[in-house]
Amino acid sequence: MALVATLASRNLLQDRLRFVATLIGIVFSVVLVMVQMGLYLGFGRMVTTMIDHAPADLWIVSRGTKSFEDLSLLDTRIGDRVRTLAGVAAVVPVVIGFSAWQLPGGGMTPIFVVGSNIAAGGIAPWDIVNGSVQALSAAGHVAVDRTYFGRLDVTGIGAKTEIRGLPAQVAAVTDGIRSFTTTPYVFADLNSARSYIGLPASSASHLLVRLKPGADIGQVQSAIQAAVPNVEALTPAQFRTRSRSFWLFGTGAGAALFAGALLGVIVGTVIVAQTLYSSTKDHLYEFATLRAIGCSKGYIYTVIVLQALISAVLGFVIAAVIGFAIVAATAKTSLPIVITPSLLAALFLLTVAMCVGSAMVAISRVVRLEPVMVMAR
Amino acid sequence: MTKSIIHATNVGKTLGTGAAQVQALKHVDLSLDGGGMTLLMGPSGSGKTTLLSLLGGMLTPSEGTVEICGHSTEGADAEELAEIRRRYIGFVFQTFHLFPTLTAAENVQLALDVRGERGAMARARTREVLTKVDLVRKAESFPRQLSGGEQQRVAIARAVVAEPAVILADEPTAALDGVNGQAIMALLSAIAREPDRAVLVVTHDARLTGFADKVLHIEDGVLVPEAAPSSNVYRMRGSA
Repeated sequence: MALVATLASRNLLQDRLRFVATLIGIVFSVVLVMVQMGLYLGFGRMVTTMIDHAPADLWIVSRGTKSFEDLSLLDTRIGDRVRTLAGVAAVVPVVIGFSAWQLPGGGMTPIFVVGSNIAAGGIAPWDIVNGSVQALSAAGHVAVDRTYFGRLDVTGIGAKTEIRGLPAQVAAVTDGIRSFTTTPYVFADLNSARSYIGLPASSASHLLVRLKPGADIGQVQSAIQAAVPNVEALTPAQFRTRSRSFWLFGTGAGAALFAGALLGVIVGTVIVAQTLYSSTKDHLYEFATLRAIGCSKGYIYTVIVLQALISAVLGFVIAAVIGFAIVAATAKTSLPIVITPSLLAALFLLTVAMCVGSAMVAISRVVRLEPVMVMAR
Repeated sequence: MTKSIIHATNVGKTLGTGAAQVQALKHVDLSLDGGGMTLLMGPSGSGKTTLLSLLGGMLTPSEGTVEICGHSTEGADAEELAEIRRRYIGFVFQTFHLFPTLTAAENVQLALDVRGERGAMARARTREVLTKVDLVRKAESFPRQLSGGEQQRVAIARAVVAEPAVILADEPTAALDGVNGQAIMALLSAIAREPDRAVLVVTHDARLTGFADKVLHIEDGVLVPEAAPSSNVYRMRGSA
């Protein structure tokens, strides 16, 4: 190891209690930021899960629709008009809405119904662990996620109940389709879903558009906008962005998460700055000695920055281990924390920036150092 | 003595400001040549340390000029002064100022490291110098594991390892007992015999004059006329 690194690491380890306090500060800060940003990513994924799994090239939604869960309605005749446009292969209506699931022991629990013509390429449930998608084509057949068995008071395939007073039977079970609103999703065929929600056959929540091979998506999008007033034709990416923007920023949830993350950065910066400053003060005569024997300021800055980097790397590694444990612990919850490689890389850079930035406070103390002080001691 | 290494001309230094202002040095003329040891003596507060700091490029004079190996310290900024110290000066301090977290060898090697001299050659040079000060067996010891005399020898090794033109020692024996003090002075005296190197030792211990080729006295910030080295129990050389 280079001598400058040896000096930096031993300076840090000389006061082990302070070093542990520094690491705890960094770990606390990084874990806090990691959880907040992991929640942000997890929430961002959850709110677009239906859009991500829908086989659509374009979405037709009512003008001003904010998200997939927006309950605005469209006239299904719009679909007939769009089908005549060049480049359009199919238009599939989707209905969504809240309803009530009858519990066997009495009482009801709210559900969120998602219905479309699955045989025509509508939104079908995914990650099916029991039963089949095809079984949903039958009237009154539904798919539920096993996460909600307790809430819906069912045990699996074949369970019977009523939705809004109409008969329903569990014909497929999924694993991991959870709702960020905590209201269980229930998938059904278009007509069954309309009945459960209480929508007339002339209404749909959204229309999925699939294009013919080679069709220009931008041209079709413009053609729909020109042909049909008061609707918007959105690409999946646009709809995703709009949904995320609404749920994360329109509701204030994202701002709260970012505020938490910012708090983590501030706490971490203050703790690291304080401990590095106090460590530098303790070693002030050693730094003055370095200056006296002709060492450049850059060499001293290197010692201090290396101390910050060592703290950053160790703190980050510990925080990452804790972070992955939290990811594993929340994987099966309704709001899993998601840590992606890019988030991890960004957090590492943030940790380094936070620690090196904190070192500037210590460096500002050394800048004023007079080597002659060693002569008076 | 053959070669002028440090040259001070009409140097004055004012310390402090306002009512606390003190004229620490006045009209000092001094030339430090290679190949000999100079003792700078004087009572406490006479300006010894201030003069040493000026000659070592840690301070710049308020008046006059100081030249170190041909480089004037006048108008030099902190980094330029650091470079002068790095290139030409080795310091030995009263309280050693060793790095407690580094071993003896690492403390010595640090003086090379700050000069950008690293690797096997730096390690070999460190070992060579530790051998000269008879501490190679304690190369891996930390300062707390060494006696005061051993710590000062490490400090001397650190001062000489980069072969500077001048060694400036500030009360190098003050924290040591008589035997260790004598050994340290003998070591510095041996270093001073090299023709291109000067050694200036600040001390208030009159018993050390026997080691010196030249003795300077300072009182109230003014150098008083040079005295010839006297014979005493600490005298190691028979040249006087």
